Amino acid sequence: MGCTTITDMPDTISTNNIAAGTLPADSVGIVAPATLHFVEPLELECGRSLANYDIVYETYGTLNADASNAILICHALSGHHHAAGYHSADDKRPGWWDNCIGPGKPIDTNRFFVVSLNNIGGCHGSTGPASINPASGQPWGPDFPMVTVKDWVNSQARLADRLGIHKWAAVIGGSLGGMQAMQWAIDYPERIAHAGVIASAPKLSAQNIAFNEVARQSILTDPNFYGGRYYLHDTYPRQGLILARMVGHITYLSEDAMRAKFGRDLRAGRFHFGFDVEFQVESYLRHQGETFSQNFDANTYLLMTKALDYFDPAREFENSLEAALSKTTCRFLVISFTTDWRFSPKRSKEIVNELVTVGRDVSYAEIDTDKGHDAFLVDIPEYLKLFSAYMHRVAVEVENATS
Amino acid sequence: MLRPDLEIIRNWIPDNSRVLDLGCGGGSLLENLRDSKNCQGYGLEIAQDNLAECFVRGVNVIEQDIDEGLGDIQDKRFDYVVMTQALQAVHRPDLVLSEMLRVGKEAIITFPNFGHWRVRGYLFLKGKMPVSRTLPHQWFDTPNIHLCTVSDFETHCRKSGFQILQRTVVDRDHQNGWLTKLLPNLFGEIALYRVTR
Repeated sequence: MGCTTITDMPDTISTNNIAAGTLPADSVGIVAPATLHFVEPLELECGRSLANYDIVYETYGTLNADASNAILICHALSGHHHAAGYHSADDKRPGWWDNCIGPGKPIDTNRFFVVSLNNIGGCHGSTGPASINPASGQPWGPDFPMVTVKDWVNSQARLADRLGIHKWAAVIGGSLGGMQAMQWAIDYPERIAHAGVIASAPKLSAQNIAFNEVARQSILTDPNFYGGRYYLHDTYPRQGLILARMVGHITYLSEDAMRAKFGRDLRAGRFHFGFDVEFQVESYLRHQGETFSQNFDANTYLLMTKALDYFDPAREFENSLEAALSKTTCRFLVISFTTDWRFSPKRSKEIVNELVTVGRDVSYAEIDTDKGHDAFLVDIPEYLKLFSAYMHRVAVEVENATS
Repeated sequence: MLRPDLEIIRNWIPDNSRVLDLGCGGGSLLENLRDSKNCQGYGLEIAQDNLAECFVRGVNVIEQDIDEGLGDIQDKRFDYVVMTQALQAVHRPDLVLSEMLRVGKEAIITFPNFGHWRVRGYLFLKGKMPVSRTLPHQWFDTPNIHLCTVSDFETHCRKSGFQILQRTVVDRDHQNGWLTKLLPNLFGEIALYRVTR
């Protein structure tokens, strides 16, 4: 279980030191996370509250004088605060959305001040199930309260307050992150100018929930789960996490992408007539699952999938998405990907159609790709071009208002 | 500067209208209507470069193929539904027209008039599919699969029960001279209509 809690970070906004020569020129360079501690209790949708909590975050770029160029990045199921740049010159890979955040990239750090956080309930430094419960002195584990997209947005609003950001130039996210952007638009209309909702949906379908349930059951039934108190047994539900990730990963890829990447290729070139890894796709899934299980907390995985399942902003408005979206005032960018079957273009169109119905400004692009749901993280020229064009406009609006 | 035919359309649309532009291109009409007439609009477009141009202009644009219908849009959601120089390129112009008048109170349509004397002369004298400045494509690569004449269009409107509220037929320099007024089907190169049901 590779989750680390960052405790030694200064309570200040991180600064970016571009390491000369060693990192790509369009990288934000070496970045360091920062942690803010919150003492005002956070009331949660489930009825419970978090008395105090930490939020770990990174920032890229420079906040302008009137704090009008700030962009909030919301992460998806397995994401975290490290969205761009490198933590050290030795890092093999940059942050998870490095292809979209950086100098000259769609979210241009020469123009925007980007804030990326790890949501509460997470396992990358913000308070979550692996953190110590002050009441017991032991890890929260299964006692950690259920958090929802709405709760995250409320916690993000407090983060914005602490950073001196009254209104985001944009709140952007893919998948579960896009849901947070939507929730921001509904709950804090006066604090968001643009919402970027990418590869997302207005709520999960029965099929989506079914996949999440398979993932959860695989964790919950792992003998090493110990009712969520595996920390005390110095172990973790490795097999459960591996299975959860494997099934999840299948839904992130398209059939075409899998066929192109693996086909029916055999690792050894011939059948073994056994149950060991034979096909390349089996090897790939096992590897993905194994890597993930070493880097992600099982309780966080359970929480994140529940947050996905619960997300349904229309519920507060007598199940009318139209009524929910009529609360919004910001402008929307909605992007979907043709082969995304987890949150298909049809789901994005539901959002777009309701926004048109209520007369909100919205632009929508459907990117032609074989990359499936994961496409929102991939370098697809058409996607990056359109994303850049939209963000250019956002930057121009900020700059015109400032000058 | 707006394209001359768009300038004519702009003048037809009153302030504060809700406008849907089918095949909105780079969004110049919608941008102009937004900035000069406080209109709220959306464009439908499928070409990536045009989408990007709309994004940069801050014009609402939705990637959607007109041929797949406007089924997602409520009845009478818009005051004006505009389609410039695309009627001849859709699979079923009749269905698109009918959808335009479902989602909009009025429709504004422009198309190249296939009844223009030069087109007729080209076909008559050369025996080949006409190629001109307003119809620059060859028969095999043209997107214009349903060309019609002023006369065809007006017949269709009559049969469908559409009322023509306004018509301007212009030559290729977008001038509306006495010849185009007198014999629009013969002298008009581009036809602009405002219709309702």
